[in-house]
Amino acid sequence: MSESYTVTRTKDSENAEWVACIARIRDNQDQAAFTRLFRHFAPRVKAFLIRSGADDTLAEECTQEVMVTLWRKAHLFDPTRASAATWIFTIARNRKIDAIRRVKRPEPEDLPWGPEQEPDQADVLVLQQESEHLGTAISALPEKQRVLIEKAYYGDLTHSEIAEETGLPLGTIKSRIRLALDRLRHAMK
Amino acid sequence: MKETIKHHLTDALLMAYSAGTLPEAFSLTVAAHVSMCDECRARLGAFDSVGGALIEEGETAALSQGSLEDTLARIARAGPPEAPRRAPGRKGVLPAPIRDYVGGDLEAVHWRPVGMGVKQAILPTAQDASARLLYIPAGAAVPDHGHRGTELTLVLQGAFEDEVDHFGPGDIEVADEELDHTPVADIGQDCICLAATDAPLRFKGWMPRLAQPFLRI
Repeated sequence: MSESYTVTRTKDSENAEWVACIARIRDNQDQAAFTRLFRHFAPRVKAFLIRSGADDTLAEECTQEVMVTLWRKAHLFDPTRASAATWIFTIARNRKIDAIRRVKRPEPEDLPWGPEQEPDQADVLVLQQESEHLGTAISALPEKQRVLIEKAYYGDLTHSEIAEETGLPLGTIKSRIRLALDRLRHAMK
Repeated sequence: MKETIKHHLTDALLMAYSAGTLPEAFSLTVAAHVSMCDECRARLGAFDSVGGALIEEGETAALSQGSLEDTLARIARAGPPEAPRRAPGRKGVLPAPIRDYVGGDLEAVHWRPVGMGVKQAILPTAQDASARLLYIPAGAAVPDHGHRGTELTLVLQGAFEDEVDHFGPGDIEVADEELDHTPVADIGQDCICLAATDAPLRFKGWMPRLAQPFLRI
């Protein structure tokens, strides 16, 4: 128990650091902050792209583009709506669709408000904790269920195949949904 | 905030959209529904965070020599950051993702009559699935049809009823090949839907079958 508590705390402060790094890129074009993010996330993004079907050259190319996008869109990151890892996943996913699948993926209409310059730290913290909780839950899944999720996200399952899978552990995301919905409703007021 | 939406996207569609594996016509329909539905926007956020967890907990791959320096050089060449996007206020009937395909709101749609007062406009998506806007006059019916694949029908204006339920603005019906249905528009208002399918529709009876080549569905 105390061990997992320690791990969770470490991950939380880790994410808080990534959030701070993205803010420093946004505010000061801070290359040191970018370098920290790059060393952590670029090897993960590259592995994700390789697992999604890119060869090493294409994965390297796309990884660099993903990291350039992170720099250029730092002002669009909203730490009350996504963890740094989730935001970077969406950038990598979009690059993968353009470069590997070569299809279009229309995006939903933006919400009528953008990220705040100084987001409420309590909101940021709750979101980070919930994201961490989700990561821990996915890591703790039985092998078979985790593999299913990985196959869906690496593009090995069609939506019909996902629909037919009864073993997907969707309960793990329920509290994350509740949180996001509360946040949306709060922001709409 | 529309609290009245009763019919939502399935987990499978949201997960596949988050993973980026849907055909374009389905992605368009999911994006349009999420634009109208806060609950599915929240659910999509959760599915995206599953992707984030996979990145965070996943493997790493060795980067090329000088990868960081190359990336910093690209950043230097790329110029100033992109300006923030601001959502245009919702004025018309069509959510932004559909407006992008139409080139405007309803007045920009090139409707083609398909018989019995029903009109349609096929949207330019990749061929693996098709998306079209349907205009069903108040009280009119779309011919009884079944499907070989999956059909998504999103109500943009008005409402329709079929053998399953009543569908109002923002509601989405996810129909698989088991369902044979005859959507009928409500009396009060002409009904406008976005319909996407990954297989040709099958109509029953000779009239609709004759019409099928003209419908291009």
